Amino acid sequence: MILSLVEVNTYYGTSHVLQDVSLGVAQGDVVALLGRNGVGKTTTLRTIMGLTPPATGGILFNGREVRAEPPWNKAKMGLAYMPDDLRIFSDLTCEENLDIAAYLVKRKGYWDKKKVMDLFPVLAERRGQKGLNMSGGEKKMLSLARALMSNPSVVLLDEASEGLAPMIVRSLAEAIGTIRSHGMTILLADQNLKFCRRVCDRGYIIEKGQIVHEGGMEEIWQDQEVVNKYLAL
Amino acid sequence: MLQSIVHVCLAGLSQGMFIWLVASGLTLIFGVLGVLNFAHGAFYMLGAYFCYTVLASLGDNFWLGLIFGPLFVCAVGYFVERYFLRYVYHLDLPYQLLLTFAFVLIFDDLVKIVWGAGSIGSPTVPGLGGSVSILGRMFPTYSLFIIAVGPLVALGLWAALERTWAGRVIRAASSDREMAAALGAKVPLIFTGVFVFGTWLGALGGGLAVPYVGLLTPGMGEAVIIEAFVVAVIGGLGSLKGAFLGALIIGLLSSFGTRFLPTFDMFLTFILMALVLLWRPQGFFGEASR
Ligand SMILES: Nc1ncnc2c1ncn2[C@@H]1O[C@H](COP(=O)(O)OP(=O)(O)O)[C@@H](O)[C@H]1O
Ligand SMILES: [Mg+2]
Repeated sequence: MILSLVEVNTYYGTSHVLQDVSLGVAQGDVVALLGRNGVGKTTTLRTIMGLTPPATGGILFNGREVRAEPPWNKAKMGLAYMPDDLRIFSDLTCEENLDIAAYLVKRKGYWDKKKVMDLFPVLAERRGQKGLNMSGGEKKMLSLARALMSNPSVVLLDEASEGLAPMIVRSLAEAIGTIRSHGMTILLADQNLKFCRRVCDRGYIIEKGQIVHEGGMEEIWQDQEVVNKYLAL
Repeated sequence: MLQSIVHVCLAGLSQGMFIWLVASGLTLIFGVLGVLNFAHGAFYMLGAYFCYTVLASLGDNFWLGLIFGPLFVCAVGYFVERYFLRYVYHLDLPYQLLLTFAFVLIFDDLVKIVWGAGSIGSPTVPGLGGSVSILGRMFPTYSLFIIAVGPLVALGLWAALERTWAGRVIRAASSDREMAAALGAKVPLIFTGVFVFGTWLGALGGGLAVPYVGLLTPGMGEAVIIEAFVVAVIGGLGSLKGAFLGALIIGLLSSFGTRFLPTFDMFLTFILMALVLLWRPQGFFGEASR
């Protein structure tokens, strides 16, 4: 396991959001974290990244206990994060948003500005545009591309497919295939079961802050009972 | 008439550039850290006193005072940010105001203890102490120097923020500190750096004021900080461009006010602020809400 959580508990103030969450992501896998709105997917990713540190439990990354590390150290160790609200720096241009990620964390690897622009050609067209003036879809690609710029070993993607037209979801799935083919490990928090089936190997289902099911992605897809109980709207 | 207007304009410009020097640090700190630093006026005052002390102990050389004096104030700024201010970033504005205001009182009293409550006479500047004739009337050379320094500082700040890596990281951290941290920016260090740099700008303003104000008094920061606040507010809190423009306008307005409507001098400044805020509550270049 390149990344594992061991009985992690996270609070927002007094509200106990993550309750003994344990999960593991193997090197090179694409793993889904599935669940309805408000069950704790985003909180799990934020906890891993160190933005909302857990109260108790362990987070192992590359065999190291990183629970207490601040986010900037985790970024340097090779974790990257695409938040659900994308968080493009609105005052910086598209290109500067990419450059800054590569500047802040210098890790060797496949990805660089040219490679991410090949992956998402629209970013090359918009390179001089301020983040402020980019569309939702463009921002999503930029946020994902920015996460790749540091050549992380694990990327955390929050709601990657949300709000995209079906055709764009398909090309995003292809892009994720390309990204994994270059050796990256991906943890994907998503509500779109079809999309996850297309890109993920395994999945965890979270409900009210607890992991309630885990299994192969195809197996989850087939399991009507689990889908109806935890995922159907 | 022309001669008089040109001179009033020049006086206004130099006054405006002065306010800008103080407002720039205030604005930078607010823009990046989101903290309204009341103690900025105290840093201005400390800048003046340290500059004075350094120059007096180094053979009355103003330039040495101006270079080394503000560095002492930077150390003070570091101490304030690292051990106090850092712990109130996540609290509401009133707590930040209370803390920084406490530092105003503390520094005022420290200055009284160290330098005494009385005023210290200030020196003239070698090379810039005289006057030059402009349209047949004398104008202080030092004021011309200030008029030149203001835009230089503005240009330097602009270039540093827009054209350097440190500047891009600062802009990123100021627009979204959490995302910047997730991308690997050591945000607390950046904040300390920006605060110390903002402190240096305020102290530089104070150092430059030494020959300008003629007298150093404890509490000399208060008058300046009020004008700098006005300028920062009408320019749009956090906007350096706005602060520069605001400082020019306030400088000119108060210079014309002093010349033509002497009784209404300060009044004009505040009327202008009220009008600007009625027209655009966020100031010239401010964002609609923060
Ligand atoms: N900043 C916050 N403060 C307090 N509660 C929060 C905060 N963010 C999320 N929560 C709560 O934590 C729970 C999990 O939220 P989240 O992790 O965003 O769920 P998901 O991403 O699965 O939709 C929700 O009940 C939500 O209301
Ligand atoms: Mg979420």
